[in-house]
Amino acid sequence: MGIVQTLNLVYDYITRDEYDNEIKIRAIDGLDIDVEKGQFIVVLGRNGSGKSSFAKHLNALLRPTSGTVVINGLDTSDKKNKWSIRQEAGMVFQNPDNQLVSQIVEDDVAFGAENLAVPTDEIRYRVNKALLSVNMTDYRMRAVNNLSGGQKQRVAIAGIMAMEPECIILDEPTAMLDPVGRREVIESLRKLNLEKGITVILITHHMDEAINADNIFVMDKGKILISGKPSKIFANIELLKEAGLEVPVVTELAYELKKEGIELPEGLIYEDELIEEVVKLYKR
Amino acid sequence: MSNITIGQYYNVNSIIHKLDPRVKLFGTLIFIVALFVANNSVSYAIITFSLVAVIIASKVPFIRLIKGMKQILIILIISSLCNMFFVKSGNTLVHFGAVNITSGGVIKAAYIGLRLIYLVIGTSVMTLTTKPSDMADGLEKSLGFLKVIKIPVHEIAMMMSLALRFIPTLMEETDKIIKAQTARGADFESGGLIRKVKNYIPILVPLFVSSIERALELATAMEARCYRGGVRTKFRPLKYNKTDIIAYGVQILFLAGIICANLLS
Repeated sequence: MGIVQTLNLVYDYITRDEYDNEIKIRAIDGLDIDVEKGQFIVVLGRNGSGKSSFAKHLNALLRPTSGTVVINGLDTSDKKNKWSIRQEAGMVFQNPDNQLVSQIVEDDVAFGAENLAVPTDEIRYRVNKALLSVNMTDYRMRAVNNLSGGQKQRVAIAGIMAMEPECIILDEPTAMLDPVGRREVIESLRKLNLEKGITVILITHHMDEAINADNIFVMDKGKILISGKPSKIFANIELLKEAGLEVPVVTELAYELKKEGIELPEGLIYEDELIEEVVKLYKR
Repeated sequence: MSNITIGQYYNVNSIIHKLDPRVKLFGTLIFIVALFVANNSVSYAIITFSLVAVIIASKVPFIRLIKGMKQILIILIISSLCNMFFVKSGNTLVHFGAVNITSGGVIKAAYIGLRLIYLVIGTSVMTLTTKPSDMADGLEKSLGFLKVIKIPVHEIAMMMSLALRFIPTLMEETDKIIKAQTARGADFESGGLIRKVKNYIPILVPLFVSSIERALELATAMEARCYRGGVRTKFRPLKYNKTDIIAYGVQILFLAGIICANLLS
């Protein structure tokens, strides 16, 4: 059994229309996901596809209407497990400003560890390690207000790392960042995944962030539309477009070329891959 | 940490800056008590001497200290004048119709004026040498005994430090909203006072809405990081060192000196 497992997960939320009638909206509709420890998982989907509700289930911020969510052997519907689950599966949110608690970088990184009642010396050690792992050691004494968006998100990730989780869930962490900030955050995540073996579940609507994933789940209307390795996902351009996702330029170009009858292999993602293939064809 | 400009913290490195915030809070309290019990020139001399010594040790320029004086100038003048005109003791200095100024009144007025000035300077030394976040920590620790009567000291301190954290964020946001509303033709300059206040409604409403949204997101993020109130350890626990103990000793000596001086008269 994997570190994160959902079984027929269903979640309804209740909202009111303009006439004050209750409406039930099904945000997640029968989700089965199994994530192995140490994987880099990307969940893709457009706004309203249910991907954020899914993220909140993994941190016991929401509880399933029906079905189960099990994190590292702990069932989220059991209230007793709440705090252990939040320690095992840390969560980073979209808005970098609204998740930092302290004025100073290192104080903020320490916040989660303080909440877990970790002894002071151990917190100091963990803060140093966490800041190093996201390359923010030089900024430890800075005020968080003066950091860029990408730096703020890396501080937020360090704050989760200081809690020593098995798994990090990120709910659109790059949605409010510029391209430089996006790259910083994604590179930090990849490093954590490769070097520390942290399971990463990245929820996003930027497809290019999914290129190096071990496994991709594409969500639409609360269901999984398609899942698998990046090469398989990116070969299904029509389906991705149907799910409202923007396909990377290289993939789309390769797809269009193939439609015109040019022989290219399936699921091209990288620029240099495409160039290589085109050069090969040209030489022939 | 040089770029935090919340409150009036003056960033230099001095003995006073390094003191534990609890020591400074206690010292300020003792200073206020001393000011209000002091009743003769000897006790005022002791207070003046101690205050000057602390100011020199704190390396805060004198100009910064008297900045706070502007706000209390009117109170200062009114209370001094009242004392001068209405206290009747000692020899009459000026007698003019209903006005009767006595030497006792003048002395009393001088003491009251001095007391108010010292009060402002003394408390300014505290706020100028202590970071707001340290102050919140110090208050939480020194008021911890109030938990016995069910006052949520930790929660109040947490709210204080969160408020401090979000002041710059909300200022940035206000700036953005002002620009956005100006771009839509809002006018913040013209009109009388009431008109001007009314002009600010289109800024306040979106600011309130967004702060509530922020608060909601922040609460979720804090919960996701296992925040559950009181049971937690500290990254920077407040710890007394030798200087703090000595400072407490000096404060007690100071208070004893004031009491002795009072008994003399």
